[in-house]
Amino acid sequence: MAIPLSYNLRNLVVRKATTLMTAAGIAVTVAVLLTVLGLVSGLTTAFTTSSDPLHVLVLRKGGNAELTSLLTVEQFQIIKSFPGIAKGHGGRPLASLEVVTIVNLPSPGNPDGTNFTLRGLSQSGIEMRHVKLAAGRWLRPGHREIVVGKAIAEGHPEARLGKRLKFGKGYWTIVGIMDGGSSAFNSEIWGDGAEIAADFNRPSTYSSALLEATDDVTAAALPKALESDPRLNITAMSEKDYYDAQTVSAAPIKFLGLFVCIIMGVGSCFAAMNTMYASVARRAKEIGTLRVLGFTRGSILFSFFVESVLLSLAGGILACLITLPLNRVTAGLGNFITFSETNFHFRIGPEVLLTGIVVSLILGALGGLLPAWQAGKKEILTALRET
Amino acid sequence: MFRYFPLAFKNTLRNRRRTALTISSIAVSLCLLGVLIAIYHALYYQQATPGQALRLIVRHKVSLAQVFPSAYEAKIRHIPGVQAVSAWNWYGGTYKNQQPVNFFARFGVDPVPFFKLRTQMTMPEDERQSFIRERTACIVSKDLADRLHFHLGQRIALKGDIYPGKLQLIIRGIFEDPDARDSLFFNMEYLRQLLPAGRRNMDSTVAVLVDSPEDAPRVAKAIDATFANADPPTKTQSEQQFTLSFVSFMGNIKLFLLSICAAVTFTILLVSGNTMAMSVRERIKEVGVLKTLGFTDGGVLSIIIGEAVAIAIIGGIIGLLFAEVLTAIVGKVAEGFMPELHGLTVQPATALIALGLAAFIGLVSSFLPAWNAARTNIIDSLRYSG
Repeated sequence: MAIPLSYNLRNLVVRKATTLMTAAGIAVTVAVLLTVLGLVSGLTTAFTTSSDPLHVLVLRKGGNAELTSLLTVEQFQIIKSFPGIAKGHGGRPLASLEVVTIVNLPSPGNPDGTNFTLRGLSQSGIEMRHVKLAAGRWLRPGHREIVVGKAIAEGHPEARLGKRLKFGKGYWTIVGIMDGGSSAFNSEIWGDGAEIAADFNRPSTYSSALLEATDDVTAAALPKALESDPRLNITAMSEKDYYDAQTVSAAPIKFLGLFVCIIMGVGSCFAAMNTMYASVARRAKEIGTLRVLGFTRGSILFSFFVESVLLSLAGGILACLITLPLNRVTAGLGNFITFSETNFHFRIGPEVLLTGIVVSLILGALGGLLPAWQAGKKEILTALRET
Repeated sequence: MFRYFPLAFKNTLRNRRRTALTISSIAVSLCLLGVLIAIYHALYYQQATPGQALRLIVRHKVSLAQVFPSAYEAKIRHIPGVQAVSAWNWYGGTYKNQQPVNFFARFGVDPVPFFKLRTQMTMPEDERQSFIRERTACIVSKDLADRLHFHLGQRIALKGDIYPGKLQLIIRGIFEDPDARDSLFFNMEYLRQLLPAGRRNMDSTVAVLVDSPEDAPRVAKAIDATFANADPPTKTQSEQQFTLSFVSFMGNIKLFLLSICAAVTFTILLVSGNTMAMSVRERIKEVGVLKTLGFTDGGVLSIIIGEAVAIAIIGGIIGLLFAEVLTAIVGKVAEGFMPELHGLTVQPATALIALGLAAFIGLVSSFLPAWNAARTNIIDSLRYSG
């Protein structure tokens, strides 16, 4: 017969100070893990939602970043006429020749300023990305107008709607604020391709081209077809692969975070073990009584084991509650592909929370096993005689 | 307080399993704390080496990824206090494949001023001469040569990513330099000849040697002032600041380290406090006996606090010994992408901080249970059955 769960729950409640302290120790460990996972998950989401499976990105031969890539207007004329490129608004091919560079925006908290990606694109480029406007309107071709990402507008008072930013050869008017959902576009500034190329002294040498294929099969075949064209001498890849490569920027933090979590996990495992041993020692008489009542060694072992798991579960839940508000927090991280900062939200999603709960259960199970074993092993007579 | 130390120490041996578990728990946490403080120290408090103190790095004001005309080099050379100027261009690229083991720093430099800039470099004179003479020559650091089994005369191909094309290099020298342990240097002139005319005479970074370390900040300001109204303007940093900017680029590591240190400290506090509370609760009767024998409240207080502090310090010492081992491993693993972490160890100062923290935690965590025990009057404590 099993000992009812309420017995364990009441035991935990009776010794609430000890329970709370042990659970809090586990909670801190799990909270560190959740924070790191939430950061990595948020960054990954930002990059994965930036890409579209139908999009193909064209860069200079051997290029791995838009920033250092070079693509000429002549090359783009050839690329644009490739079969398999979808048609958009007004029947124009969904192909955008883009110039990508960096601008530095000072902010109140950072005198050195923060670097953001500046993207000069065509109307097709805007159409292909399906980014919504949060305020204002889209830019008109041939004008010195820009649309800034929401994260930039929020973090920089001088990048609000209607204001002007100075970069390149002069001032640019902000006519719209775009809301890229959780994508990296929230940290970009968009302007007319030709205008920006002229301002940055590269009227005929842009950076890259983005194409939209008509369907999945064409999207998979298009990069090969482009690369094998002898006139072009370019590298083409799916947009998804390009953005996936950028998630690598979270690797150092992930590594450091996991390293810390494992060590802290060992520490809190010892702490849980300590609490459970004390709990077993203090309840020796009780264990003897339970045995007299007819509970088996197995059910006592199991009961103490469950108690330890419950204890750590409380810690796990506490950790989830502490870290959930992080979902509203924005963080910025640079990477060595865009050389600019990408803002993203921490994402403590269901899978992250579940990981936290599972880890806390594992900690409790490891910590509880030996004390529970000892509780089950106790002889009735000696147990009853213990003080 | 120290009068009672033997008694406090004896107390730790009563429940050996609990003491052992507590010590292990504190040791693990302090080991982590030691490693984190050591990393923090290495990143933010390390003295610049004599060579680093003399070198400045000039880049485009906005970012590293943007370039400026090589003509800037000549202008910088004329600024008072400047001894030598060399291109210092990060090549990136791929050697063999993308595996981390094949990753090392590759810089395109101007050999003659470059040797002036590397004040602490040691290399045979004939190897220096062949690097200066031969356009496709390159030199590699001793550590790198050992790691990838490079030897003199070996041919190396680097595939470009930032720069188009491929470099075919021959190793003509192996050097030792405390500030460049994992690097390959090649002649920038060779790369320039391969580039299209528009990109040929551009630099992404330029290294500058100054007369004296004291003069470095002034020269840095003077360089930036020279190009303040040029297109593009520049940003000049000390070599140390420049490498640190890479670290900060990967995120707010400083905040990350500090918040984890705080979390770890807090857990130790919980663990230690919990243990002391448990051990005091078992001993209330004994406290009554001690007081009957004439121990004062203060005496009882110091016995219990002394026990906690002893446990924390023993845990701390064990933890730091492990930290010493772990830092060596972390340093080895991380020096590839964070050269500041080369030879990472637990400095005496770090050890002192960690131990001080441990003692402090022992003190704070035991104060409340100790205070309660000391305050209970004799009759109540003798009657207590816990």
